[in-house]
Amino acid sequence: MASMLMNPIRSCSVSSSWAVRFGARSLSTTAQLQSQVQTKSKKTLARPGVKNIVLVEGVRTPFLLSGTTYADLMPHDLARAALQGLLKRTGIPKDAVDYIIYGTVIQEVKTSNVAREAALGAGFSDKIPAHTVTMACISSNQAMTSSVGLIAAGQCDAVVAGGVEFMSDVPIRHSRKMRKTMLSLNKAKTLGQRLSLIGSIRLAHLSPELPAVAEFSTAETMGHSADRLAAAFGVSRVEQDEFALRSHTLAKKAQDEGLLQDVISFKVPGRDIVSKDNGIRPSSMDQMAKLKPAFVKPHGTVTAANSSFLTDGASAVLVMSEEKALAMGYKPKAYLRDFVYVSQDPKDQLLLGPTYATPKVLERAGLSMSDIDVFEFHEAFAGQIMANLKAMDSDWFAQTYMGRKSKVGTPAMEKFNLWGGSLSLGHPFGATGCRLATTVANRLKKEGGQYGLIAACAAGGQGHAMVIEAYPQ
Amino acid sequence: MYVAVDALLKLQVEMAVTRAAGVFSKFATGKHPLLSGHARRIFSVSSHLAAHKHISFEYKDDVAVIRFNDPASKVNKQSLQLHELADVLGDIWLYRSSKSVVLISGKPGCFLAGADSNMLQSCTTSEEVASLCEEAQKLFRRIEQSRVPIVAAIHGSCVSRGLELATACHYRIATKSKETVLGTPEVMLGLLPGAGGTQRLPKMVGLLGAFDMLLSGKNITADEAKKMGLVDQLVDPLGPGLKSPEERTMEYLEEVAVGVANDLANKKIPLTREKRFRLKLWDAVTGLGPVRKIIYSTVTKRVQKQTKNLYPAPFQIIECVKTGIEHGSNAGYLAEAQSFGKLVMTSESKALIGLHNGRLLCKKNRFGPPEKEVKKLAILGAGLMGAGIAQVSVDKGLTSILKDTTEDAISKGYEKVYKSFDTRVKKKAMISFERDAIMSNLSIQTDYSGFESADMVIEAVFEDLNIKHKVLKEVEAVTPPHCIFATNTSALPVRDIAAASKRPEKVIGIHYFSPVDKMQLVEIVTTDKTSKDTLAAAVSVALKQGKIVVTVKDGPGFYTTRCMGCLLMESLRLLQEGVTATKSDFLATSFGFNVGPFAVTDEVGVDIGLHISEMLCKAFGSRYEGGSLEIVKTMLEKGLKGCKSGKGFFLYGKTKSVNPEVEEILKNHQVTAPSAISSEYDMQYRLLSRCINESLMCLQEGIIQSPLEGDIGAVFGYGFPPMHGGPFRFVDTFGAERLVSLMKRFEDVYGNQFTPCQLLLDHTKDPSKRFYQSSPSLLQY
Repeated sequence: MASMLMNPIRSCSVSSSWAVRFGARSLSTTAQLQSQVQTKSKKTLARPGVKNIVLVEGVRTPFLLSGTTYADLMPHDLARAALQGLLKRTGIPKDAVDYIIYGTVIQEVKTSNVAREAALGAGFSDKIPAHTVTMACISSNQAMTSSVGLIAAGQCDAVVAGGVEFMSDVPIRHSRKMRKTMLSLNKAKTLGQRLSLIGSIRLAHLSPELPAVAEFSTAETMGHSADRLAAAFGVSRVEQDEFALRSHTLAKKAQDEGLLQDVISFKVPGRDIVSKDNGIRPSSMDQMAKLKPAFVKPHGTVTAANSSFLTDGASAVLVMSEEKALAMGYKPKAYLRDFVYVSQDPKDQLLLGPTYATPKVLERAGLSMSDIDVFEFHEAFAGQIMANLKAMDSDWFAQTYMGRKSKVGTPAMEKFNLWGGSLSLGHPFGATGCRLATTVANRLKKEGGQYGLIAACAAGGQGHAMVIEAYPQ
Repeated sequence: MYVAVDALLKLQVEMAVTRAAGVFSKFATGKHPLLSGHARRIFSVSSHLAAHKHISFEYKDDVAVIRFNDPASKVNKQSLQLHELADVLGDIWLYRSSKSVVLISGKPGCFLAGADSNMLQSCTTSEEVASLCEEAQKLFRRIEQSRVPIVAAIHGSCVSRGLELATACHYRIATKSKETVLGTPEVMLGLLPGAGGTQRLPKMVGLLGAFDMLLSGKNITADEAKKMGLVDQLVDPLGPGLKSPEERTMEYLEEVAVGVANDLANKKIPLTREKRFRLKLWDAVTGLGPVRKIIYSTVTKRVQKQTKNLYPAPFQIIECVKTGIEHGSNAGYLAEAQSFGKLVMTSESKALIGLHNGRLLCKKNRFGPPEKEVKKLAILGAGLMGAGIAQVSVDKGLTSILKDTTEDAISKGYEKVYKSFDTRVKKKAMISFERDAIMSNLSIQTDYSGFESADMVIEAVFEDLNIKHKVLKEVEAVTPPHCIFATNTSALPVRDIAAASKRPEKVIGIHYFSPVDKMQLVEIVTTDKTSKDTLAAAVSVALKQGKIVVTVKDGPGFYTTRCMGCLLMESLRLLQEGVTATKSDFLATSFGFNVGPFAVTDEVGVDIGLHISEMLCKAFGSRYEGGSLEIVKTMLEKGLKGCKSGKGFFLYGKTKSVNPEVEEILKNHQVTAPSAISSEYDMQYRLLSRCINESLMCLQEGIIQSPLEGDIGAVFGYGFPPMHGGPFRFVDTFGAERLVSLMKRFEDVYGNQFTPCQLLLDHTKDPSKRFYQSSPSLLQY
């Protein structure tokens, strides 16, 4: 309790709620209140015998609409730019890193282990192993938590985690039949065999195969699922447009005020230096209302304006054990604390990851919703965010579908995605997770909070959440 | 269908008067009510709200939302609801109380049910029925001509009258749910859509599309309906939200429908919709008189071929559609109502409705839930039968082991199951992921591992008592005590198989028919020792597999095999008397059997046919005999095993033809046909009377428990002509006395094979005695 009183940086509204609870505590001794009181008395989530793992620094390339300035690059170029940015920002020696992990979703077949290609190009020592992970939109979250795992297990002391996505170019393949013919051509020995194979090619074989946009297990596209999810929770078009507008407005403000310090400048070969995200476009409600639904027609509510857009971008973070960071003279930004992964029905609950992950991770950390000062949730669709907020606020949903006694409650909007989100900054699938973590660390520092929470949904009906704690100033 | 404004107004006034008089059908010529609209509205709405039991309605701003909701029934009963609908719409038309209307069901799963068969049965004359149709026709035409746009919001089954109502509306919105099906199944009940279905569908989906729907009676999914132009807009079913998925989906559907209704009223959505190019093209082509003529005649010919002129309904449907198009709507509607009236009175329709109701009853588990739900099956024998049983089980969530003795056999069995689902993937009825998830319920193996957790073992091994005993002992050694042993035998008495069991109370017969995925029926055979719980478990498994269940007592050939067997015995005699196999099969099929006895024998296998026949002849003695089984024995010696060897009674090459080898064999077995009873009619009734008599005997002996189960078993098991409704209904319709007198003539020549059984004689003595009383749903348990 003393620590609570000593904690100097609390916003007004928060301290008043403390006061209410404080009063309540003296009157009541219910278990729930006691546990809440215990949490708030926690100054830190450090546990005896558990290694403290810190986020030293995080950077990202500017996130650009796909098909713009990055159009002629390759994914590992972007990843390399992020890695070089991280090297420059931290000044870490190129051989002081033990391991490199990258997340990506749509893989360029030439650089399937994009982590390795980018690391070599960025000038990291060729003695540093690197691997690539994929877990849809939480791929770089997986990269970060894998790093945490390596460090916690004592395998490594310093790991670079990151993510990259490049939507300006995706692998478009020949049709299966054409591929089969071409592979047989390789094996054909005589001219006659070759000619007969070539002769077997039909016009239909030439139609290309695009990367899947639909969920494999349900054949439903994500936008369609988001529209149904919004309808299931009764989220109106106006609510969605308002949220999207909020995201763009806040992002613009953050950009103008220079708060997006994780963004590094990137000289694109043959083009200008890029140093700003280019998808932030605050519009008006009227303008947004004019758009037609993009997936469910004609009565749907998800439009191009209230969805995240196809984005190119890469991110990188330096994760270290606290000991090592301090030994190397770093001042870490934040502790990476408890994290969870969840998964649920990929048809009807595809995008409800945050709803499932949030209470679980808070429980693990022994925190409650009100203990969190900074929320950074991945905004796949405005409708998805609103649906998650409503689900988290519903006792019925918590009891019926999550097997919980009661709802976890909704994050306070004045703490929520204050520097914009995926809707406005952009969402390079594999890179978003690191952006969320870095943003939480930067916001905790800027706003003076203690705990931050990131949460995200991902294709396949999966989700992730992680508690991040401010590093003492 | 344009109607002048004043005519419309007149209709509206008439409606109001009708409502005020409280009589729906009669049209009094009244004057426009003098009361001010407002005052009247308050008065009338409040008074009527209280009176409406089967629908409810509320205003959502400018939209009146009318909900069908019958508190007393699971499905919405349409007759009463339509009366009230007419009432409410009458108010809306008269007082202009809303700018548009949404019709929706208050019950998820059913928009509006089909015609109420009890109501139809209460009518005694076709005129009475026709006038009922005309009432509905009038209401639907008024809906069609309404200046207040009406939107149908459909979730769940929307068939027969439901579909007719929906098509009369100005806009149709349907959920993409699997439960949502549209269709006109009346033809399957020997009827036709009597409230404008034959008139409106051709305009909506084109002549060919309409014939396809009306004559097949098939269910159409929402997606297909959208493509055909039958519905205008689709709504996705929703998942969990702040309410249950079902509840919220209905709410969402209503929200979307209200939005559309507003847009229709404000002319944001035009009332006439652009048809798809393909439909337009068809319309243009079928707009040509000669083309239509060709279509009518082609369709008629096809129906003649398929129905062998045994069903009247399809022809009436073609006639009604034709009348409507060639002679105008009024003539069409009149023809439709009158045809419907006539069809309701036909024995064919009564038989088909009886079968329909019987089928529904046989899809219920009257033995209650078993103590332990069967979740894990083990199937012995991966042949056609075993694989078929696996196929209908794995997609219902039953984990199944498919066991055989060789790798080759289980591999083939797996392939057969896989192929059945893969075909559905190729037809886009399923995605590959679903196929894989279903297939993960199947494991194939050659040993008994995993049997220790099986809840039920179904054996489909060779029909040999020694082999059956061997597997039964092997299975009982590895299965837990609660595990049920079900034998899929078509003729071996179950008690003989159970004789080798340690746990005879757990032994039961489940007789599947081949091909398992196509044949709807199973016979469940109990012995004296079979426990109630074993029966309940077997029935629940069969129902889960989507089967119609008939429970029978153990006995040689149970029910269906025994009846089918005597058909073959008599056919063999015809063969000896010089009737060709083709002709003899034709005698059966022209009466309405799907396939003739020889074609069936070839299909099943001549060896199996002989095996069963010999066993049955041994069991029942001379009264069961007929033609000489020596013919069949010789056939087998020559390797004529039926379809599986490419030749049996017929040759199976590119076309089916009579096998000359059989003709050769027959030379040694010829008998002279008795001229007194060898007319085509007599020959046909020789076949028929024997299997009917056998069916009745089964009821008499307690093999089957009710005429209804007997009829269902006969029609779905061995293909008894559906338009006769089964042997029992046939006796009711044909007359027991008439049948007995025919049989006596045959008896004079052939002796005891044609001796009518006691039950049949009882019915002759008392002509008022019927197997079915007024209602076809009598299950005598």
